[in-house]
Amino acid sequence: MTSEILELRDIKKNFGSVIALDGVSFDVKPGECHCLLGDNGAGKSTFIKTMSGVHPPSSGDIFFQGEKTTFNSPHDAITRGIATVYQDLGMIPLMSVSRNFFLGNEPTKGGALKLFDHEKANRITEEEMSKFQIQLRSPEQAVGTLSGGERQTVAIARAVYFGAKVLILDEPTSALGVKQTANVLDTINKMRDKGIAVVFITHNVRHAYAAGDRFTVLDRGKTIATADRKDVSPDKLQNLMAGGKDLPSLED
Amino acid sequence: MEQQNNNNDERIRDISFFQKTLMRPEFGSICGVVLVIIFFLLIATDNGMFNPDGIRNWSVVSAQFAIIAVGACLLMIAGEFDLSIGSMIGFSGMVLAIGSIHFGLPVWQSIILAYILSLALGAVNGIIVIKTKLPSFIVTLAFLYILRGLTIFMSVTTTSKTILSGMKPLADADPIAPIFGGEVFKGFFQWMGNKGWIETFSRGVFEGMPVVSGIPNLILWAIGLVIFGHWLLTRTRFGNWIYASGGDANAAKYAGVPVNKVKILLFMFTAFCACTFAMCQVTEFGSAGADRGLLKEFEAIICVVIGGALLTGGYGSVIGAGLGAIMFGVVQQGLFFSGAEASLFRVFLGGLLLIAVITNTYIRRLIVGSGD
Repeated sequence: MTSEILELRDIKKNFGSVIALDGVSFDVKPGECHCLLGDNGAGKSTFIKTMSGVHPPSSGDIFFQGEKTTFNSPHDAITRGIATVYQDLGMIPLMSVSRNFFLGNEPTKGGALKLFDHEKANRITEEEMSKFQIQLRSPEQAVGTLSGGERQTVAIARAVYFGAKVLILDEPTSALGVKQTANVLDTINKMRDKGIAVVFITHNVRHAYAAGDRFTVLDRGKTIATADRKDVSPDKLQNLMAGGKDLPSLED
Repeated sequence: MEQQNNNNDERIRDISFFQKTLMRPEFGSICGVVLVIIFFLLIATDNGMFNPDGIRNWSVVSAQFAIIAVGACLLMIAGEFDLSIGSMIGFSGMVLAIGSIHFGLPVWQSIILAYILSLALGAVNGIIVIKTKLPSFIVTLAFLYILRGLTIFMSVTTTSKTILSGMKPLADADPIAPIFGGEVFKGFFQWMGNKGWIETFSRGVFEGMPVVSGIPNLILWAIGLVIFGHWLLTRTRFGNWIYASGGDANAAKYAGVPVNKVKILLFMFTAFCACTFAMCQVTEFGSAGADRGLLKEFEAIICVVIGGALLTGGYGSVIGAGLGAIMFGVVQQGLFFSGAEASLFRVFLGGLLLIAVITNTYIRRLIVGSGD
């Protein structure tokens, strides 16, 4: 069994008097898809922001590849290979696919002038997108012209290209149609087969069950349960999300 | 879940050359410039607008607009406004004049002082916008008043005047000032005058000199800044960050773009442009006034919008803003040359602005598809 690449222990996070997270523990291994489930307001968003370095936790420990660490900024997490694909953020509709693809990691030429190497950016974008069966009219077309599923795929392809070891997907399927959801789930499977640790956040049990190896359910800022795929049925997960009724029977 | 590898997705509509052209942000302003020039060529046949000195007249006006439009354009693409441009022009011009005339500093030292103070104030604008997360519209509106008030206060308390003249001899004798107020290719213009290609003065102290003695450096500043701005925006990594900061600041932040730094630097660049405008104006015309630059912020924004930039940020063109400035200058001076009522200019300007905004919104929908 491979060991955890990223582990968060007993994470607490307060915003003023509001307790958003009250002791959440979570881990993910390479080549595994660990689903984080929870209803709206369960603390999923706050938790992934902790994982990706946006909010440092109020207390609790983060271990990356077995070593205790802290993320003070998204950049800290990104440089360690933790990439987050947000549901609505991450792609800028008015900018071209290749400008988006390399946003924050622009290939440069011309030394200190830091010129944007458009030729290289366009070529790589086209190559990477065709690996995911997405045909672009041109890498310079605006991201706004792509469908929701294609945008997710661009974001995932971008994260993987830049060496993501841990891929955090925030509700990647929530706004998508059936076919596009299938494509994204397929992409998740491909990522896992490449040995990438995938954290898949969703409130849709069916989507989670189609891709996940392990499931963790959050409710009101606490971990309700963590279970392997073989130990849990979609119905049980659904019940857990609804209020944690079957908690004792799962923790056996 | 195997997916077919469709090389030709039938759902991707081919877009016509016409549509592609329409999507260029500069497209509207290119058409506009061509149209207004044709219009004034037709109606202004005998009023001297297209004589050498007429051309020089509207070129200088256009160049002034262009200088401030470049700063306003990059800032708007990054998603922010600066309404203090006009006040900044008055302020930095006054710093130059008070420094040189009242305190007797060498002109070049006053110029450096004006730039330092402008850049610092631009940074303050930016830092307040970033720290308070208030709309830059409000923060810089406050600075519009604060700076204007301070400028008048500063000039009244030190010199008990609000207009200072007498800069011309000081500027002409200075090693640095002619960079702003001087002219280039004087010999070439004299030569053209001698050849009879351009008119020369036939009487007075200027006898034998061409009516246009050279190309004002102001115009070179405008061209230089437009080229620099365009290059920065489209060719550099920083340019990608400008688009991203205005397109979606949060997305840009999560991707590791230093959005705050980008915005503060652009507030400073806008102040730099306003200061350059003032340096050229004061050294060329020889006087500074505490009320200089009134409404310039809006004129800069109009040039930028005519040039195809979106008021909401994330999209636009510096070349477009430069063309917008030419259009603005040609129309303003053209109506003057043709003796039209000056008030009509504002009617025209308002109409133009409205058309530009409506067109830009339509083009934005073309780019991002109907989904957004």
